[in-house]
Parts: sequence; structure tokens; C-alpha cells
Amino acid sequence: MKLTGWSGVVIGALILLGCGAAIAALIGVSGGDLTLSAGDLAAIRFTLTQAALSAVGSVLVAVPLARALARRRFWGRNLLVTAMGAPFLLPVLVAVLGLLAIWGRNGVLSTALTAIGAERLNIYGMTGVVMAHLFFNIPLVTRLLLQGWATIPAEHFRLGAQLGFGARARFRLIELPMLRAVLPGAGLLVFLLCITSFAIALTLGGGPKATTVELAIYQAIRFDFDLPRAGLLALIQTGLCLGVATIAMLTGRAGEARAGMIRPVAMMGGAGRWLDFTVIACTTVFLAGPVVAVIVRGVPALIDLPSSVIEAAIRSILVAISSALLSVSAGLMIAIGLVRIGLARPVLARLGEGAMLIVLAISPFVLATGWFILLRGHVDPFAIALPMVVLINALMALPFALRAFVPAVALAQRTDGRLADMLGLTGLARLRHVMLPHVRGPAAFAAGLTAALSMGDLGVIALFGSTTTATLPLVMYQLMGAYRMEAAAGAALLLLILSFGMFAVIDRLGKTHDPV
Amino acid sequence: MIRATALLATLTALPLHAQELVVYTYDSFTSDWGPGPLVEAAFEEQCDCELTFVGTGDGAAMVARLQLEGAGTDADVVLGLDTNLIQAARDTGLFASAPDDLAAPTLPIEWQDDTFVPFDWSYFAFVYETYALDTVPTSFEELAASDISIVIQDPRSSTPGLGLLMWIDALYGDEAGQIWADLADNIVTVTPGWSEAYGLFLEGEAEMVLSYTTSPAYHLIAEEDDGKSSAIFDAGHYLQVEVAAALAASDQPELAAEFLRFIASDAVQSVLPTTQWMYPAYETELPAGYETMNIPGVALLQAPDVAAARRDAALALWQDALSQ
Repeated sequence: MKLTGWSGVVIGALILLGCGAAIAALIGVSGGDLTLSAGDLAAIRFTLTQAALSAVGSVLVAVPLARALARRRFWGRNLLVTAMGAPFLLPVLVAVLGLLAIWGRNGVLSTALTAIGAERLNIYGMTGVVMAHLFFNIPLVTRLLLQGWATIPAEHFRLGAQLGFGARARFRLIELPMLRAVLPGAGLLVFLLCITSFAIALTLGGGPKATTVELAIYQAIRFDFDLPRAGLLALIQTGLCLGVATIAMLTGRAGEARAGMIRPVAMMGGAGRWLDFTVIACTTVFLAGPVVAVIVRGVPALIDLPSSVIEAAIRSILVAISSALLSVSAGLMIAIGLVRIGLARPVLARLGEGAMLIVLAISPFVLATGWFILLRGHVDPFAIALPMVVLINALMALPFALRAFVPAVALAQRTDGRLADMLGLTGLARLRHVMLPHVRGPAAFAAGLTAALSMGDLGVIALFGSTTTATLPLVMYQLMGAYRMEAAAGAALLLLILSFGMFAVIDRLGKTHDPV
Repeated sequence: MIRATALLATLTALPLHAQELVVYTYDSFTSDWGPGPLVEAAFEEQCDCELTFVGTGDGAAMVARLQLEGAGTDADVVLGLDTNLIQAARDTGLFASAPDDLAAPTLPIEWQDDTFVPFDWSYFAFVYETYALDTVPTSFEELAASDISIVIQDPRSSTPGLGLLMWIDALYGDEAGQIWADLADNIVTVTPGWSEAYGLFLEGEAEMVLSYTTSPAYHLIAEEDDGKSSAIFDAGHYLQVEVAAALAASDQPELAAEFLRFIASDAVQSVLPTTQWMYPAYETELPAGYETMNIPGVALLQAPDVAAARRDAALALWQDALSQ
């Protein structure tokens, strides 16, 4: 066990080192003057503002939603929880078109508004950017919070009921401590995800005032070939995120989850019933609308997709499964390492976890380009294209795996750790008998998420790709680039079906009786 | 972990050939519906070699990649740089002169370049649905004064976006800021690339999109839809010319020269109008339908060094005007 803990720490350190090396490689490629323009400062401001708004907004919606879903049982609930993964799995461009089909100037709502003589909606600008980020991230935060609710033993609620807790006391004494443990990490995750927003901010932002740092990095690498500038911007972006992550991880506190012995009981009726169902209904409509639009647009073209789309789909599935395995293995080891450190130095462990989340805030463009520079001359860039995609995707998904693993591993350690110590269980035996029962659910969730995320990834493959390595999102993008929007819509639907199918199947594999 | 390694290993296996010509190009050129497969089959038949296309994202990514790889690049030829990228490409010093026995290209402007060989071109233009517009603007001023909604591409991430920037710069110079400020309320949004913009346009998010005068040909020929047209501005239209060039460090210089001659030949040129939806750069018969495309009276193109020198100032004007 000790060994496993250390290997996690080593892997984590290697990853941080790798990210740092990528940035250093860009800056070190030549001297050049490293100054920030007024435009850069505006971009940094916009990036931080939209990410903060998106994170706060996602949390504000996800808390009541997760609470409602945790308390209520109804027909189709499990299906709904699984289906909520769908928005997160859509490639950005597809999701944007889906959102616009509902909220756009020519969308369903605008058409309805003009029918009654009102103005068309115009969501372009900060509204559109934050709305798209909410669409992506509400489901994610909700899933993380549901896992949080699942760590509250049912005994607590029963005891609270016996003591005559009202709604407020129940929230303050039972649910709030859990939220304090889960929310900082979940909010931070959304914040970091939105930091590297590129296509959303640009397409829905309405113009250059909605410029993110990521765009400036992209421009520096692609158009100006000003690598030191890209490295500097990446450094600033990472530094700012590190600051935010430190604050978030320090304001939160470690979870005090205990395992319950009884099965959770759903609340039937009772106060807040209508409120709960209203929250569930409204968010479901908000999340489902664009997804339905994607399905409706894609169905006509789904039957006669070009053969290259199928080949790309198979390649994408291989990449996705490889990334998922890599990410889950590394994530579990790092989580064990962090929990081990946490036994002696809890603050250090939380900072370590925050640092791992930072990986999200490092532009994939910077990682890919930095590593390209480092590997140049040592290996054939064509040969490493797909492995590189696998690696970077696994890395980008690692924070999700960690978010899911750390609480579960901590719980395993707290409940069965001492017994295992006494029995002298170490290494694989301990992994099998102590860890596995606890991490099975989170592992499946993380694997499903990583697999689906890799399916939809475009950024990395676009930098490294070549004809023999085209993945499904890339082919979809090429179809759009060749005017074939209908075929692209079909490919997008195929991508949604495959990503979601993979996510749902893997997620199901991890399902036990727990209500998450 | 072992399984992951095994999967990684299968993903890295790639074939190797002795007599191989490596051509860097952008992704859409090599896709099944682009000219890539046709060009590859035809050239391999004539050269008795292996032609490998490497799709590298877009034209800008190609230059970035060449700069990263330097003289050690595997590329023998690059295909698909646009006129705005020529200067950056030339500055790398990686390119060899084109073969001197090439025919003169048939472009609406004079073309003199001993390195970069044009292979297709079109005019930038705003494309619209004919039923949706009552009056079609004939100048940037008219467009700016109207309440027509447009969607354009970001010049910092897209070649058509950069094309529009240079178009307005060519017409208005230092006064371009005023045109951009007047256009600001017409612009629905600025997208990262052409695909997003055209997708938004087809979804009805805007009445016009920055594209090419030849874009309606796709809808006419491939979809039998004659409802799209391009607005012709009297002051003139900026050109996009796509070029190819051989690399000086190529280990197959003869093969690279042969390939450049090949892309100027009828075999390649005749497939471009219905795969790239651009005009061929050499005398070739156009497919039926192309005769209905609008042709601007004036063609504009700034010399590569001028365009490169003016880009940063033009970008600053654009950014200031649209950030208000």
C-alpha cells in the first residue's frame, strides 16, 4: 500500500513537471520581449470574469437540482441522472449549434417571440458565453454533488427527523458540511474548465471584446509564431488559476463522510416537494432542448454517412478507451497518494489536489506545442500523434477522475483503513478488498467521462493529426469545412450516440445500490 | 495499465516507404470529399512513388508546424498556404524555387513569384439567401448603413477573417477603423473559423456570411439549390489565392518539382471547382453552373510583404472598433 501511495505521488509530480516543461519549452525557445498589451489585460479580465460567473452560476443551479434529485424518487430518475451526462459529452461546436437552435436569433424561442410581435433574442456576448458554460457544467456539478449527497449516511437524516429538524436545521447541520467539502472543488473544476474556453467564448461572445487568453495563446502559436508570448500567457493563466485554486481548496474543508449501514430512504411528499420537482423540470428542459435539437438535425443524415466517418469513429473509440484506462489508473494512484499525505498533512494534500486540477487550466495548445518542441528530433511526430492525443486527453480528464476518487478513497481509508492496517493488508490485496468496493462507482464514472471526453476532443488532434489519424470530431469538422453541414450533423449525432453510449455503459458497470 | 500500453502500441504502428513524397496540406484537402484522394491516386499512377498527405489543421497551422520542425521537416511539399501566409512562410527560408517551366496562372491579377505556385483561388464576398434580402448592398458603406445582420470570422484564428481584414485595409487604409465601427452593429458574432460562421449562416442566425463568390456553386451543383448568391461590391473584392511550394531540404527534389507541375495540370485543376469550390488557377474548363457565379469588376490583393507589414496595424483598428 505504501508503494501505491508513493507511486501516485511520483506520477502526480511527473505530470506537473511535464506541464511546467511544456511552458518552459515555449518560453525558452527564444528570448524576445515579454510584455503585456492592454488587449492582453482585457483578455485576462474577460477570461476570469466569465469563468467566475460560469462557476458560480453552475453551482447555484446545481445545488438545488442535486438536492432535489437526492431526495426524490420518481419514475425515470436513474435514466435522467444518466442522461444528464449528455450535454457535457457534446463537442463544443455541436453544443453551440444546439443551443442556438433554441436560444439563437433564429431559434425556437425567437421564432415564438416574433410570432407574438416581440423582439428576437440576442444572447451573443457574456450572456451567451455563460449560458453555454452553464449548459456544459450544470450536469457535471450536479453529478459531483450527488456523489456528495451519497456520502451522507441515511442514519443522519433519520436521526435528524427523530430530533425534529426543520428544513433549515437539516440543511445547516447535515447537508451544509457536505457541501463545504464538495463545493469548492466542484466550483473550481468549472472555473478551470471555463478558463480554457476557446470556441464557445469566440462563437457566442459576439466579437473581440469577448477575447479569452486561450485565443491570444492560439493566435501567438498559430499566426504570429511567437512562442515565448504564448508561453508567457500560459504562465500567467496558470499562475492566476493556481491562486484561485489555493483559495478554493483552503476555504473548503475535508469531508467527514462516514459509511451508513442502512439504505437511504427517499422523501415522499413533504415540504418542498413542488419546489423540488419544479427545479428538476426546469433544468431538464434547459439541458434537453439543445440535445434534442442536435438529434433532430442529425437523424436524416445518420443512415448514409461516408465510410471515412465510420473509420474515424472506430479510431476515436480506441483513443477513448486508452485515455480512460490511463486516466483512471493514474487518477486512482494519485488519489491514494493524496489521501496518504492527507493523514499527516491535510492542508498539503488539499493543495496537492488543487495543483493537479490546474492541469485543466493549461491550454492543450501549449501542452501539445511544448511537448512537440521537447520531442522534436527524438521521435517521429507522425508516429506519436495518436499516443499524444491519448496522453493529453487522459491528462485533461485526470481532474475529473481525481474529484471522483479522492472522497471515495478517503472514505475507504476512514472506514476500513484501520482494520486493514491491523490485518496487515497491503498492495494489491488491500486495493482489491478495501479500495475496490469503495471506488468502483467513482472509477466507472471517471472512466466513462474520460472516454466520452476523448471522443469529443478536437483541440489536440487538430494540432498533431494527419490523414491516418483523423478522429470522429475532426472528420465532422472537415465535413462542415466542405459545406456538408447535413452530413456533419449526422456525424455529430453519431458522436453523441457513441460518447453517450460509452459513458452510460461504463457508468452502469460501476452501479451498485448507491443512489448516485 | 498493461492493456493501455498494448493499445498505445497498436496505435503507433505506421507504414514506411522508400520512394515517398510527403505533402503537408490542410485537413479538408485530404478528406474523402476534398481533392486529396483523387490527386493521390492520379499522381501515384504517374510517378511510381508513394504520395503521403499529412493534414495539419489549417494553413496557419502548417506554417507553425514548419517553423517548429525547421529544416528537419519531413515535408517535401506544402500545399494550401493562403496569400496572407506567404510572407511568414517565405521568412522561414525553408523553401526552394518552383520549376521554371510552369505555365503562367490565369488569375485576375498579375502573379509573379518564383517560389509559391498558385493552384486555386476565389474572391471573398458576403453570401446571402436571395429570398431573405430585398436590397443587396454594393459597398461596405451600404452594408454598414443597412440593418443586415452578418457573421464574420476572427482574423486572429481564421484565414477568411484575415482576408476580410486585408480587404477593408486595401480599400480604406487608415480609415478602416471607421468602417469597422459602422459595421459593428451589423455583426452578430465573430467566429473562430469559416465552418462555424457558415454553419450559423445556414441556421439562419445571420442574413449574410463572409465566404467566397464561388460558395453558391456548392449549393447549386451539389444541392441543386439556386437560392444563394454573393453581394458584389463596386469598389472591388479581395482575392484568396492558395499556393503550393517545395521545400529546399527535401530529399526528393525532382519528385517535388514533378508534383508542382502535376497540380498545375488539367488532371488536378479540373477537380478543384467541385471539391474545393474555388476557381482553378490554370486554364481549365469550368463545370456547368459556374457560369452563373457573380464576378466582381475589380480584384484586390496586397503583395505578401505589404500585407504582412500592415497586418498588425489593421488588426489593432479592428480590435479597437469592435471592442467598444
